[in-house]
Amino acid sequence: MSRYLGWFLVAFLASVPSWLNDFYFLHVLITTGIFIIAAMSLNLLLGYTGQLSLGHVAFFGIGAYTSALVSLGFDVHVLPDVTVGVAPKSAWFAMLCAVLVAGLTGYGIGKLSFRVRGAYFVIVSISFAEVVRLVAVNWVELTQGPMALNNIPALTFAVGTFELSFLRKPAFYLLVLAAAVICYVIIARLINSRAGRAMIALRENESLATSVGIDVTRYLVIATVISAAMAGMAGALYSHYIRIVDPDIFLFIYTVTMVIMVVTGGKGTLAGPIVGGAIFGVVPEVLRAMAIEPEVQWIMYGVLMVVVVYFLPRGIVPAIEGYLAGRKRVVDVETVPSAPEPLEK
Amino acid sequence: MSARADTVLSIEHVAVHFGGLIAISDISFSVCSGEIVGLIGPNGAGKTTAFNVITGFLKQTSGDVRYRSTLLNGLKPHEIAKLGLVRTFQRTSVFQERTVFQNVLTGLHCRGRSNLWNILLQTSQEKSSERELTNAAHGILHFVGIEQRAEELAGTLPYGEQRLLGVALALAVKPSMLLLDEPVSGMNPSETARFVKLLEKIRTSGVTILLVQHDMPMVMQVCNRIVVLNYGRIIAEGTPSEIQNNPEVIRAYLGQGKKRA
Repeated sequence: MSRYLGWFLVAFLASVPSWLNDFYFLHVLITTGIFIIAAMSLNLLLGYTGQLSLGHVAFFGIGAYTSALVSLGFDVHVLPDVTVGVAPKSAWFAMLCAVLVAGLTGYGIGKLSFRVRGAYFVIVSISFAEVVRLVAVNWVELTQGPMALNNIPALTFAVGTFELSFLRKPAFYLLVLAAAVICYVIIARLINSRAGRAMIALRENESLATSVGIDVTRYLVIATVISAAMAGMAGALYSHYIRIVDPDIFLFIYTVTMVIMVVTGGKGTLAGPIVGGAIFGVVPEVLRAMAIEPEVQWIMYGVLMVVVVYFLPRGIVPAIEGYLAGRKRVVDVETVPSAPEPLEK
Repeated sequence: MSARADTVLSIEHVAVHFGGLIAISDISFSVCSGEIVGLIGPNGAGKTTAFNVITGFLKQTSGDVRYRSTLLNGLKPHEIAKLGLVRTFQRTSVFQERTVFQNVLTGLHCRGRSNLWNILLQTSQEKSSERELTNAAHGILHFVGIEQRAEELAGTLPYGEQRLLGVALALAVKPSMLLLDEPVSGMNPSETARFVKLLEKIRTSGVTILLVQHDMPMVMQVCNRIVVLNYGRIIAEGTPSEIQNNPEVIRAYLGQGKKRA
């Protein structure tokens, strides 16, 4: 039932470019979609393993930089007279590299912080993101520093003489949609499996989880790797879409945005980051379209956030689910007389 | 200490110091296959500390713990659980935000065989593995007697049933030995009676049990043998009737008072 609803929603979203002629709004949808992918990846860590990564943008940025650098090619002096260089590669291959490099970084972070939980995990992740940002600013030979990497090649898809360029917005929109669906399916399959149960067990009660034989560290590392790889893919999409990457991509505010999307939408639910991402991705643009002063916009944005968190502390999606379940239960009770408790004597 | 051939768990000269505090000074005892052994003692005697050492949640300062001739020193809790030595916790310990059924499925973790590829590609092996786990989970819930609660959130169950779910979680690991930490504390008499029946059922299915419990009538009723701890030392060991008449035990529980002739 909800499965068909999901595919219907995907079909509807896929049809958007065919009737929406406003390219600006399509642009908003694309960037929102990229952020939703990043938010979904964060949700895997924050919502399911219960670990708050406040450096999540690092994986996003690493993906963006890796994809940009591999597709542009680079030469760096590792030692004064030793250079390591990569010739420009296809943008698709670059994206694959971005996913792998981000995933590997996730593995490192997961392993490094294997003993730390809660506040300490937060500190490790923030510090990590800051270190990566400083590298991006200062390693000018590789990253061009604040001058940014420009003219990042667009993704193209060519068969014979037919060439589809993802430079065009409708095509890129569909690409982002496809990536988001793939990430959603991966996360959905994961969390409904043995591995996902182990991750949720870590969130719910770590000592109990280990007492039933779950190697929680291993599943935390797996979750971090998958989460980082997805964030890296989102970053790669971003860099091939915007086609310029500078160190500002590592700004803390982007992590905060992702966390807000996950928390308001409902952490630990599949739809949460999508709902939260859609609201906080589109609302600022809608407010802007209504020609409201920017200062007022930000105030409204803030008020909306406070209202959601205050009235729906568990997020929008759990609140709706709870409401529907509550109604269903009322109906059940009314129609089916409850069986007496079996007494065991 | 009896060195019988069917010893499954043996604790040899285990000591635990927290800085200057001696939680366990030097204890040695063993549990034989098929027994229900009670570990009792006043508050702070070191019972839960002993449990934590045996199951790897705490490192002993010295001494050895062996389970079926495997030395457990330095093993992690999840590794010990995989050997079939499984514990429950003193406070109610369930995955609160998950349904009863999902709780047991989580407990069945070690029986699943799916790896990441199987999960992501939803192979037929993954599906059949999940089916097996689902059946096993229903079986365990039925065994413990809370299958009618399967779809409810664990955190919303009444206290007694949460304890039962805790045991179900432990049973899901397919233990050869269970360590139960205060399983009936806070239960009313009828719930306790129900739990005692369940213990018998678990024992007859071939599981050895070590039990920490304050409810003396229950301990005397179910245990074959009792080990009494006080101030981190073993002060008595024997059958329930021996323990009940042991002056040292009475002193530990009731205090010495005025000496009478």
